[in-house]
Amino acid sequence: MDLIKPDFGLFVWQTVVTLILIFLLAKFAWRPILDSIKKREDSINDALDAAEKARLEMQNLKANNEKLLKEAREERDKMLKEARAIKERMINEASTEAELKASKMISAAQEAIAQEKQAALSEIKQQVAELSIEIAEKVVKKELNSQENHMQLVDNMLADVKLN
Amino acid sequence: MMTTFKSFKFLIALAITLTAIPFNSLAKESNSEAEKQFNPTDMIMHHIGDAHGWHFLGSGDNSYTLPLPVILYTEDGVVSFMSSEFHHDIEGEVVVEKDGKRFVNYHETIYQLNAGEEKLSFGEDHYPNNAAAPTDLSVTKNVAAMFLTVIVMLIFFFSLARHHKKSDKAPKGLNNALEALVLFVRDDIAIPNIGKKKYMKFMPFLLTVFFFIWITNLLGLLPGAANVTGNISVTVALGLFTLILILINGNKDYWAHIFWMPGVPVPVKILLAPIELIGLFIKPIALMIRLFANITAGHIIILSLLGLIFILENVGVAGISVPFALFIMVLELLVAFLQAFIFTMLSALFIGVAVEEHEHH
Repeated sequence: MDLIKPDFGLFVWQTVVTLILIFLLAKFAWRPILDSIKKREDSINDALDAAEKARLEMQNLKANNEKLLKEAREERDKMLKEARAIKERMINEASTEAELKASKMISAAQEAIAQEKQAALSEIKQQVAELSIEIAEKVVKKELNSQENHMQLVDNMLADVKLN
Repeated sequence: MMTTFKSFKFLIALAITLTAIPFNSLAKESNSEAEKQFNPTDMIMHHIGDAHGWHFLGSGDNSYTLPLPVILYTEDGVVSFMSSEFHHDIEGEVVVEKDGKRFVNYHETIYQLNAGEEKLSFGEDHYPNNAAAPTDLSVTKNVAAMFLTVIVMLIFFFSLARHHKKSDKAPKGLNNALEALVLFVRDDIAIPNIGKKKYMKFMPFLLTVFFFIWITNLLGLLPGAANVTGNISVTVALGLFTLILILINGNKDYWAHIFWMPGVPVPVKILLAPIELIGLFIKPIALMIRLFANITAGHIIILSLLGLIFILENVGVAGISVPFALFIMVLELLVAFLQAFIFTMLSALFIGVAVEEHEHH
């Protein structure tokens, strides 16, 4: 049953060898390896953080740009709208002014026409009156040429008065 | 899938056919030396046990063995000589004389013959009765294999460290694989069990033990290699490291939980104290037995399967034994890693429990 009986010599060798191995490897291998791995992991993490930060900044920048673009677009729209409004107003104003002027001109013309008409009418009236008087004079002159006629006329007139 | 099944069927058929053919002539040739009968227990024990020389192949004087230094600490000081002076003898027949002392190798235990004795003699209990075993600090096969692991580890990890001293970038090739394993030990063994605050202190131990066990297990699977981690002395030493780390680093809470469990009635406290105290020692003992038993069992299974060929004295059995042994061998590759992982993992767990900061209510 040598199999399960620990052998002192081998035990001592194993202990000594393990101790030396732990010491040597700890000093010259494990420490530098683990330190370097740690450093690498840190640098990877830092790089990842930086990348994430850059990504966020990029996003911010993009959002900003978009905001600016949106604002510019809105400004443009507003300006366009304003311009359109101004145009319309100007057109409207011009047309009403024109209308006003036209109607003024028309009414002035109408007035003038009416005045002319009046003047013409009164002139015609005067001429008609003068003509009538002239005619009447001529008629009267002709009628009153004889006494008889003259008397007849007076009689007629008197008869009319009597009737009244 | 189909082809595998077909080839498996073919293998079995081949094995049965081969078994039927009498190949016995091959095995029977050595029957003339009747006393040299095959003894599977001896063969297996020889393979999984420790030895003073590193035997590769052959037997007796024709064997190829790497001689290793025998270092004995006797009452009159240290005596050392090469194991080759025993001429492969393990029956205690060849006597080596050094500094006026006589030594024999009896089943890989070096005995110092009592003064005046010329030959090893045995008492009625079949133990040598005219010799005593001095403290044996020889560089045995297992120690040599251990050195091999140490050399491999130093080459591997100094190379990885060299890379890391030069740059913080990820290494390539073998270094990358090693680094992945280092990270595995750190992220999946140390940190989850010990905690982020204290794990760094135990990393050298955990990493060293993990890679030592794993690499030794793998090297142990090579033909002619030693069974280091399957030797109880080795695992006892490793288990003791864990125990000592627990004893040194256990905090007040930990000891309180062992000797005076808080939050339970006094009779239960008294009952729990011895159980917890035994538990403290059972943990590393379980560690050492698990590693030893798993690795030794794997070796025994492979050797038994191959031993069947010689027990049945039939080459045809190889048709079955070899695929099975191959299967176990592949399984052992997994076990090699698994046992290294479990040992490290449980060590980390036990240490973690010992250094854990309890929240005070």
